[in-house]
Amino acid sequence: MNTLYILWLRQIKKYFRSRSRIIGSLGQPILFLVAFGFGFGPIYQRAGGGSYIQFLAPGIILMGVLFTSVFTGIEVIWDRQFGFLKETMVAPVPRFNIMLGRTLGGATVATIQGTIVFFLTLFIGFRPYSIVNLPIALIIIFLVALLFTSLGTAIACTLEDMQGFQLIMNFLVMPIFFLSGALFPVQGLPKFMENVIKLDPLSYGVDALRGALISGNNNNMGVDILILFVVTIVLLLIGSYLFERIQV
Amino acid sequence: MATPTSNIIDVNELNKKFKDFTAVNNISFDVRRREIFAFLGPNGAGKSTTIKMLTTLLDPTSGTIKIDGSNPSQNKDGVRKSFGIVFQDPSLDDDLTAYENMKLHAVLYSVPSKTQKDRIKTLLEFVELWDRKNDLVKTFSGGMKRRLEIARGLLHHPKILFLDEPTLGLDPQTRNHMWTYIKDVNKKEGMTVFFTTHYMEEAERIADRIAIIDHGKIIANGTAATLRKDTKTKSLEEAFLKLTGNVIRDEEATGVDRLRNARRRFGR
Repeated sequence: MNTLYILWLRQIKKYFRSRSRIIGSLGQPILFLVAFGFGFGPIYQRAGGGSYIQFLAPGIILMGVLFTSVFTGIEVIWDRQFGFLKETMVAPVPRFNIMLGRTLGGATVATIQGTIVFFLTLFIGFRPYSIVNLPIALIIIFLVALLFTSLGTAIACTLEDMQGFQLIMNFLVMPIFFLSGALFPVQGLPKFMENVIKLDPLSYGVDALRGALISGNNNNMGVDILILFVVTIVLLLIGSYLFERIQV
Repeated sequence: MATPTSNIIDVNELNKKFKDFTAVNNISFDVRRREIFAFLGPNGAGKSTTIKMLTTLLDPTSGTIKIDGSNPSQNKDGVRKSFGIVFQDPSLDDDLTAYENMKLHAVLYSVPSKTQKDRIKTLLEFVELWDRKNDLVKTFSGGMKRRLEIARGLLHHPKILFLDEPTLGLDPQTRNHMWTYIKDVNKKEGMTVFFTTHYMEEAERIADRIAIIDHGKIIANGTAATLRKDTKTKSLEEAFLKLTGNVIRDEEATGVDRLRNARRRFGR
């Protein structure tokens, strides 16, 4: 328990100590929100979709969560390169606890990041449907954060250095974001797109968060959360299996 | 359960192969309780691989290891509790303070929370980093980091302390200071010390016994005096060179070793 806490705390401290990173990783969601929100807003409205900012905001919040959590997961590679990983690897603590502690820390960091994006969306004109649902929204955000931190950690365990990082951004994180329905409604898409979106775990997060934040046009939230939960557990197990096998 | 014998480390016919390269070739040796043991060898001889196997980081291809009675590949956590280690490369978290690095270690090794504070203070004072305890490690020089790592390695009062080239890059003052303290802990608490170094005079002066490894094999084992006598030389350095040769043997090294050697030679 103590181990989990101290490794969790480590991630939180590191996060608050790197202000440039906090601000840097807010840039992208804000840019997307402004450029897409205002850029496509009029067309979206004319097509009968209503306010595009309302539609877009949950997706952009999760974009912030996605990028931050994959990145904090991948930080295992930094730990390996800078040697700190060795310190935890020779410690008399089950490796699963080490991985879980840092993953929970990373997920918390990503949740904070998502919350900051949420507040920023309010400035741009996003209005959540009701305050009552905000705790549920927070849970969904945390679940998504946990899922993608686990994914990042699992991937990092198989990489030796940061060389592969660009590859992951372009061929994994970007597709996960763009093919999640964060930017567009998923109804009435070509069949293959629909299937791709169904395979993307972020889709369920986006769908659930929309359910929680904007007026209830969908009611799959329960199923969404269940799917997120199951995928998170699976990724945690894969991650801990790979983490066990790391040799430094 | 661990049965206290006179040997705290027992290594028997240990092998480690990486694909077709044999890093450690059938070595056997033992380290006695309370002993200071030096493990010497040229670059790429198999020292670090051996230390990794002793400290549960690598599983051997074959052979057996007993650390304080336990097998590192079977009872990993038991073995991990019994030793402290200072790695060749830094293993601190640069984004945390000196104190936070110590605290994290104390928690990972379940040092009782009551004694944590006192112990951290004593150790940081010893390595003269107490006034810098709240500074981020990334602001520290190489020597300061090394001192912090040594303090951290001693924090959980290990039975064995592994030191992989602990004095590399340290000035003579720090080096002497460090050894004085380590010898002190060795005497007072009976802590066994297992270290590697490239400074032969250091090994000669400090170690009770010395093993020399080359090409993955142990080629000599004994006190400094016996090594000198057996090789008919006057100093350990001469004995070492006589045993391992003057040539830097690039041709026989693997690609990785070649790279590593090159980095070491050009890096300094």
